[in-house]
Amino acid sequence: MKVGVVTFPGTLDDRDAARAVTTGGATAISLWHKDADLKGVDAVILPGGFSYGDYLRCGAISRFAPVMEKIIDAAKGGMPLLGICNGFQVLCETHLLPGALTRNSELHFLCTDQKISIENTTTAWTSSFTQGQEIVIPLKNGEGAFMCDDETLAVLEGEGRIVARYVGENPNGSRNLIAGITNERGNIVGLMPHPEHAINTLTGPTADGLGFFTSVLNAMVK
Amino acid sequence: MAKIVVDVMLKPEILDPQGSAVSAALPRLGFTFAKSVRQGKRFEIEIEGEPTAAQLAEVEVAAEKLLANPVIETFVVRVEK
Amino acid sequence: MTLDTVTVAQSSPDQSQPFAELGLKPDEYARIKEILGRRPTSSELAMYSVMWSEHCSYKSSKVHLKQFGDKAVKTDALLVGIGENAGVVDVGQGYAVTFKIESHNHPSFIEPYQGAATGVGGIVRDILTMGARPIAVMDPLRFGPADAPDTRRVLPGIVAGVGGYGNCLGLANIGGEVVFDETYIGNPLVNALCVGVMKHSDIKLAKAAGAGNLVVLYGAKTGGDGIGGVSVLASETFDTTGSAKRPAVQVGDPFVEKVLIECSLEIFAEDLVIGIQDLGGAGLSCATSELASGGSGGMKVELDRVPLRDASLSPEEILMSESQERMCAIVEPSKIKRFLEICDKWDVTVTVIGEVTDGDRLEITWHGDLIVDVPPRTVAHDGPVYNRPLAKPEYVDRVNAEVINVPRPTTSDEIKATVLKLAAAPNLADKSWVTSQYDRYVQGNTIQSQPDDSGMVRIDEKTHLGVAIATDANANWSYLNPYEGAKLALAEAARNIATAGAKPLAVTNCLNFGSPEDPGVMWQFAESVRGLADGCLEMGLPVTGGNVSFYNQTGSVAILPTPVIGVLGVIDDVRTRTPMSFEEAGLDLYLLGETADDLAGSEWAYLHGQRGGQSPIADLQREMRLIDLLVAGRVNKVFTAAHDLSQGGLSASLTEMVLRHNVGADVTVENIGTALMSETPGRVIVAIDPSQTKTLGDLATKHQIVLTKLGTTGGDSLVINGANIPLTELRTAWTETFPKLFG
Repeated sequence: MKVGVVTFPGTLDDRDAARAVTTGGATAISLWHKDADLKGVDAVILPGGFSYGDYLRCGAISRFAPVMEKIIDAAKGGMPLLGICNGFQVLCETHLLPGALTRNSELHFLCTDQKISIENTTTAWTSSFTQGQEIVIPLKNGEGAFMCDDETLAVLEGEGRIVARYVGENPNGSRNLIAGITNERGNIVGLMPHPEHAINTLTGPTADGLGFFTSVLNAMVK
Repeated sequence: MAKIVVDVMLKPEILDPQGSAVSAALPRLGFTFAKSVRQGKRFEIEIEGEPTAAQLAEVEVAAEKLLANPVIETFVVRVEK
Repeated sequence: MTLDTVTVAQSSPDQSQPFAELGLKPDEYARIKEILGRRPTSSELAMYSVMWSEHCSYKSSKVHLKQFGDKAVKTDALLVGIGENAGVVDVGQGYAVTFKIESHNHPSFIEPYQGAATGVGGIVRDILTMGARPIAVMDPLRFGPADAPDTRRVLPGIVAGVGGYGNCLGLANIGGEVVFDETYIGNPLVNALCVGVMKHSDIKLAKAAGAGNLVVLYGAKTGGDGIGGVSVLASETFDTTGSAKRPAVQVGDPFVEKVLIECSLEIFAEDLVIGIQDLGGAGLSCATSELASGGSGGMKVELDRVPLRDASLSPEEILMSESQERMCAIVEPSKIKRFLEICDKWDVTVTVIGEVTDGDRLEITWHGDLIVDVPPRTVAHDGPVYNRPLAKPEYVDRVNAEVINVPRPTTSDEIKATVLKLAAAPNLADKSWVTSQYDRYVQGNTIQSQPDDSGMVRIDEKTHLGVAIATDANANWSYLNPYEGAKLALAEAARNIATAGAKPLAVTNCLNFGSPEDPGVMWQFAESVRGLADGCLEMGLPVTGGNVSFYNQTGSVAILPTPVIGVLGVIDDVRTRTPMSFEEAGLDLYLLGETADDLAGSEWAYLHGQRGGQSPIADLQREMRLIDLLVAGRVNKVFTAAHDLSQGGLSASLTEMVLRHNVGADVTVENIGTALMSETPGRVIVAIDPSQTKTLGDLATKHQIVLTKLGTTGGDSLVINGANIPLTELRTAWTETFPKLFG
C-alpha cells in the first residue's frame, strides 16, 4: 500500500511523516506541491510545517497548489486523507473540514507532550485505537485553537465527528478541547498534535502515534 | 459613538515577508494586477462621543508605545465616522 | 550625485571622504590609500569599512585567537579548521559534522524578535555553506535581572524570535542557556549555535577558482536592511538614550531561508558548485572578497545585475546591505543550466552577477563603469591588527580577597528553605516557559534536549550514530578569574556531554566581552583565550572556530566576561545513552568527585548579593578521568542515570533529577552547610541498580575519582539529611518562577 506525503515549500515534517508511514508498514511516496498527479497512492498525508511561511493565514496559500486539486477530488471519492497541524489548517482552508485554527490562547508557539483521548475509532486513521483510549503525542504549533460557530460545533458533536480531544487543561483554547475532527464519511481527518513524532520512545515521548499509520492499512484492506 | 482607526504598516524599507508571499501567490491564481503587496495591521478603537484633540493625541502616544513598534513600523491614526 | 568611479577617484585625489563616520581610523584610511595607490572610491571605502570593522576583521582579537592554532592538538578528526565559515569534524562512518556559535547581541537589544531571528538565520546559513544539512540549533541567552522591566521587553521578544525563525526552518532546538545578571541589562546576549551533518565528500569551501566560472547570487532580493549595521552597530558602544544612530533593522524571512536550504542541498547533491559563501554581516562586500581571495583572486562583478527589493539603493548600499537569506555560489558554465532549473523548482530568485577571472583583482562595475578595483585579500584578510593595551583591572585582587559570608543551612527547616529558594531562583528554575516555544521534535532524530545536560541528535537511523552538544559559560567565575573561568566552562561543557556517555571531540566558542578599548576588558579577554587554548590543548580537543563579540557594555559598565564554550561529542549508539534521571525507586545514588567549599561565584552567593572570593582552579586531568569513567560506564551499562553538578550545586541537581520523572530520593551528606550549595567542579550524581555497586566502585578506583554514596531513589519527597521536601512543593517552587515573571 502506498501513502503519499505532500511537500509544500515550507513543509517541515514531511520526512517524519514518511518515516512513520514506513514504520506503520506502508510505502511512503513523496508528492511535490506542483505535481499534477498522485502517483497512484492509496492515501495522502498533509504534514506539518509552515507552508508558504504561513503568511496571510496558515494554509491559505497552499490550498491552491496544483497537487491539492487532485487530492481534493480523490478525498471526495473516499481516499483516506490525514492533515497534521499545518495539514489540518490546509484542510480547513479547502473546506474539506469545517472550522478554522486560530492563534493559541497563550499567544505563543507551544511544543509539549500532550495527552489526548481518541473519541472516534471508526475513521480511516483511528481504527487501531480503542474508544476513549488516552495517548500522549507531541503538540507543537502557534495557531492550534480550533474554532467554529455553535451550529457547526453541535453538528460535529452530534455526529460523533470529534476524533480526538485534549485531556486536562486546554493547551491552546480550542473549543470543546478539540484536537482533531473528521468529515461525515470518516476518510478525512485533521489533527493538531503530531503522531508522526511519537513512533518510538527513542525520539518521541511514546510510540502512541503509530496507531494512526497502522489504522490506514486496515482502511485499505476493507 | 466614534471609531478611531490605527493602521500599522512596516516601514517601506523593511522587508515584509507576508506581503511578499501574497504578492507571489496572486499571479499563480491568475491575478496579474499587483505590482507589489504589503500587509499591515488595523486597530479599531471605539470611544464614547466625538474624539477630542487630546484623545487623538493620547491614541498617538499609545500607538507609538504599544500598537506599533516604531523601530520597524509606521502608523496612521484617523477617525472613522 | 555623480558616480564615484575609479577614474573619478584617480582624478580627484584630495576629495575628502567620510571615513570616520564609517568607523575607520585615520591610519586605517591612510593604509587603504597606500594599498590602492590612490584614494578609494566610495564603494571601495564602504567595502573596506565593513570588512575592517571589529565584527568582520577581528582586529582586536586576532593576536590572541592565534593561540587556538598555535596550541592546537594534532588530530585527524578535524577535517576543516578555523578560517572557513565553520569547522568540520569527522565523527566516523563517513559522516562529518560542522557546528558553530555566533552572537547577535546588539541587534537583539534594539529589536529583540528580529535580532534573535536573524541571529539564528545567519548561523544556519554558515552551516549550510559548508555543504551540510542543518539539523539542530541551541541558544545560550543572557539577560538583565529577571524582574527588570527591560528584561520583560527583551526576553519574550528574543525567545519568540529564536522560536519563530528556528521552528519555521524545521530545526530541532536541543538546548541552550537562560542566565540573568544585572550586567546584561542593556546588553542581552543572544548566542546561536547550529549543527549540521554531511558526508565527507560533500564538504564545500568558500573559494572562487577557475577563470570563466560564474558568480551566482541566489535567494532573497537585496534591500536596505542593516546597512552599516555591522560596522556601526557592532563596533561602537551605542548610547541607549539616543535614537539618531538607530540603524535599519534586518528582518528575517524564515520561509525564504527554509526554501533556500532545500534548494541549496539539492544543488550540492548534484555537485553543481565550485565554491559557496553565504551573505551575512557585510553582505556582498564580504562574500565577493572572501570568495575571490579564497581562489586565485580574480573576479568581475556587475553590481547592477543584483536583484533589488528597493530600486533606489546606491552601489555603496548594495555592497553593504545585510539583507538576509542570500547565498553566493561559483558555478561552472556547463552546470549553470541545471543550477537555474533547481532554483526555478524552488521559486528561488537567481542571477549570474559576474565571473571568475585570471587576474588577482576584484573588479566591480556599475552599468559599465568600474567602481571597485581592489586586491581582494586586502579587503577580506589583510585588515588592521591591533595589539591593544591590556591591564589587570584593579577589581580582581580586591574581590578575590573578599570572604564569602552567606547563610549555611543546618536545621531541617533551613535545608528545606535553601533547596526551595535555589529551585525558584530565576537562574535555576524550570525553563520550559522558554523551551516550550521551541520545536524539539522536528526531523525525528532528537534524543535529548533541554532540560538534559546536553542536546543529542541521531545522525544515522540505521547505525544509531549520534552527536551530543553542550554550551556553557560561568561568567561569575570568569569575573573572578578569567583564565580559570574559561577552562572551567570548557570542562563543564565536556562533562555535560559525557554524563550521557558521549565522548568529547571538538570545541567552538562565542566570546562575549565589553569594549576592547578598555585595557581591563582586554585583559579579561586575553586571559579567557589563554585559558581556553591551554584547556583545549590539555584535554586534546581542537578548537574548530568561534566568534568574538566586543562592545557589550553600557557606558563604562561592561558585561561579565562571558566566554560561551560549546563542546561536541560523538556517541556510537544513541540507544545506549545514559539518561539524566531515574524513573524507578530502589536505585542507589552516588556522587562522583569531591566537594570543597566553593561558594565564590556560586548561585547561592549571587542570591545573597556576593560576587567576591576566588574561583575554583580547574583540574582538567581529573575532569578527563571523570569523562573516561562516564563513557566507560555507559558502554558497560553501569548507570541508570547520570547528571552533572554545576550552578546551584547538589541542591539544584537533585531537584532536577527528582522532578524529571517525579520519583523522589532520600540522601544524606556530610557538612551540609557547604555540600548543599557548593559548586565545586568535576562532580556528577549517578544512579545505579544495587547490583552494579562493585562495578561502579571498580570504575571509580580505576579512574581515581572519589566515590561517595548519597542515598537511594523512591518516594514522593526529596529528603536531604532528614529534611522532607514534598515533590509537589518542590515542583511548585521550580515551575512557578518563569510564568510569574513573564506571563
